[in-house]
Amino acid sequence: MNGNTFESSMRSRYFKQRLFFGAVRLSALVITLALLGILAYILANGFRAISWEFLTQPPTDSMTKGGIMPAIVGTLYLTVGAILVALPLGVVSAIFLTEYAKQGALSRIIRIGVNCLAGVPSVVFGLFGLGFFVVFLKFGSSILAGALTLGILILPTIIGAAEEALKAVPQTFREASLALGVSKWDTIFRIVLPSALPGILTGAILGVGRAAGETAPIMFTAAAFFTAVLPKSIFDEVMALPYHIYVLATAGTHIEETRPLQYGTVLVLIALVLGIDLIAIIMRSMMRRNKRW
Amino acid sequence: MNTLKTRKKILTQHAEAMIIRYTFGFFAFLAVLLLGLILVFLFREGLPLFKQISVADFLFGTAWYPTYTPPEYGIWPLIVGSLAVTFFACLIAVPLGLLSAVYIAEIAPARIKEILKSVIELLAGLPSVVLGFFGMVIVGPWLQETFDLPTGLNIMNASVMLAIMAIPTISSISEDALYAVPREFKEASYALGATRYETIIRVIIPAALSGISTAVILGMARAIGETMVVLMVAGGAAAIPESIFDAVRPMTASIAAEMGEAPFRSGHYHALFATGIVLFVITLAFNLIADYISNRFRETGSGTL
Amino acid sequence: MVTVEKDFIIRTKNVDFFYSAFRALSDITMDFEKNRVTALIGPSGCGKSTLLRLLNRMNDLIDGTRVEGEILFEGRNIYASDVDPVEIRQRIGMVFQKPNPFPKSIYNNITYAPKLAGIRNTGEIEALVEESLKQAVLWDEVKDILTKSAMTLSGGQQQRLCIARALAMKPDVILMDEPTSALDPISTAKIEELIDTLKKRYTIIIVTHNMQQAARISEYTGFFYLGKMIEFNATEKIFTNPDVKQTEDYITGRFG
Repeated sequence: MNGNTFESSMRSRYFKQRLFFGAVRLSALVITLALLGILAYILANGFRAISWEFLTQPPTDSMTKGGIMPAIVGTLYLTVGAILVALPLGVVSAIFLTEYAKQGALSRIIRIGVNCLAGVPSVVFGLFGLGFFVVFLKFGSSILAGALTLGILILPTIIGAAEEALKAVPQTFREASLALGVSKWDTIFRIVLPSALPGILTGAILGVGRAAGETAPIMFTAAAFFTAVLPKSIFDEVMALPYHIYVLATAGTHIEETRPLQYGTVLVLIALVLGIDLIAIIMRSMMRRNKRW
Repeated sequence: MNTLKTRKKILTQHAEAMIIRYTFGFFAFLAVLLLGLILVFLFREGLPLFKQISVADFLFGTAWYPTYTPPEYGIWPLIVGSLAVTFFACLIAVPLGLLSAVYIAEIAPARIKEILKSVIELLAGLPSVVLGFFGMVIVGPWLQETFDLPTGLNIMNASVMLAIMAIPTISSISEDALYAVPREFKEASYALGATRYETIIRVIIPAALSGISTAVILGMARAIGETMVVLMVAGGAAAIPESIFDAVRPMTASIAAEMGEAPFRSGHYHALFATGIVLFVITLAFNLIADYISNRFRETGSGTL
Repeated sequence: MVTVEKDFIIRTKNVDFFYSAFRALSDITMDFEKNRVTALIGPSGCGKSTLLRLLNRMNDLIDGTRVEGEILFEGRNIYASDVDPVEIRQRIGMVFQKPNPFPKSIYNNITYAPKLAGIRNTGEIEALVEESLKQAVLWDEVKDILTKSAMTLSGGQQQRLCIARALAMKPDVILMDEPTSALDPISTAKIEELIDTLKKRYTIIIVTHNMQQAARISEYTGFFYLGKMIEFNATEKIFTNPDVKQTEDYITGRFG
């Protein structure tokens, strides 16, 4: 082969490579800038609104002054309720899928069901919550209805994380336990589950973060724009951070005036959700480093 | 300990084990039951609409005026709105998602990889209402000024914000697919004198194609099912758009915006549930297709190059 | 002349074993004598580990398997429908090829199964721990660090811990699946010594791919090939004057 054409073809090949790598790096940069940009804007415009009063007082003067405490409390109730529903159900389902019915028609049907549930749009969950919990079961617009709806929403996330955590437990632990004459259930409960717990917890934390940020599922099932007092029972409506942001920004009576508070609320919500996600990410990397098996 | 138990005790132990197995199985099956329940209740509240109007008129009617007298319930503009924002969102999200996945899986040095993965994970965690807010308050006015528009709430705005939501999905699933490509393929390509770029484009990506398709389909499903972003940012005009700067009202936005005002069990109420059925079916179809692709090719290996 | 009646604690009768359609074991008939060490040898894939795992019904864990024939433990077929495998495994223990202690303390590794079997008395439990660790020749090394995680022990120590853990259930038979193949020569020697002491109280059936080990420690040896038992005899006879030519070929290294 003529040396010159070889060299020039290599040059053009490497040129294409440089172009491609440049595009690849550019996309990574764009994505990172998008995240940082959003966070920076929210932080810059929102931190002025943050104060102790903002976090602990209810809103006053048609939401133009005061704080968002009831929304924080409401979000807390809803997410705790959601995880109370999804965690036991999700872990039990995951145990069934990994320890009892690994293959076969039943487990395949369940897996397809879980995957499809994961793909249902959040507003459809809202409609379902409305039709089933609020109307059919007569719970009314309430923490109960909202928590149940959110719980179903995050169920696939919990099942996925729990399954992964259970599968990661070495098979040899199960064998050792069974060979000692320990029953299958005792093996699961005392060896497999404790080993899988950190992974399950990480998944639960991510589920909580997801539930805290959702608006559509609670719009028709639990959320109210304004409650005069904090909820006294699970049948009461609540305020919630995401819903509060939405209404303030689109339908409140003083959209421009409340803008600083909107930014502040968004900042609080982001801090909450990203904080939760960061905890989970850190937990996960700590677990990876500490794995001794 | 050293005596064989009586037959009775063995049977109760056996019964216990069966009880646990069936109880757990029931709870695991609950996910499927819930799916069915969702369908049942959507139909329960949505089907009554079709006493007033035919399915064809509903799906393809071009006039969505549910609050007029007489009301018109044609959701074709809503469907087009959903499709439009999803399409343009994917135009942005698929290249960015795929390229970033390639970067993470093949090119990035270890520390940058960890950082970028965390960035994408945090991006995925951003609540949709936050992105909607950002689009409304920052992107909208910017678009309005830069392009001299009456309003910055339109398809373009929604597409950009939806793309931000879809990128993490596309990126992480593609990344998994790229990782799953056997090392032997890469090594064979390098051993034949191919550059890294050529190996990625001609060997690795084609081998991961089924996983990447799954990623794109699920990203699309995410975009089409997204509510708050389009509610706050797509403009709200229930009309068939003519340009990318037109406002639209995707199905999700319509449901969320109007549910609060539709009188209980009125025609409007039923129409919104019926829209929910359409949405559910579309996203279900996307998910089933994605499932099918990923399962089919998992069994046959890494596809054909 | 007085003939001593041999006490066979486990007997297999015409055992066939199938992984779905594949016949992994054909017509295995063997008698395992109490308080003796019986070795199962043969090349890779000959079925010796499979047979071992049949003896404590560990193959039940694999889907699609089928057992034909009988395996009698103290005269009762362990595959009968009224037999609880959990019960069997309390009487027939197992030590695995790769040491697999639980991610718990040394103490808790040993007490895990006895507690679940119903032993509650703290004094009894502590005595059990000491006795088991002494029998496994590990007591002196760990008696001051019982609360430390078992994962901090060396490979050889972990395997002795696994032996102690199995002993704590006071089984009648101990099955060992290549227990020293993952260990260094010194740990291997310690465990072989240990087996020699254990056989006074327990019956030991050991699978090994190391022929010299089988010759050193066992009284009886069974040679397996492709799922069939080729020869089963006193160890001395197998290694000096085997009846079957195939056995002799394997022993002398002509194949395997």
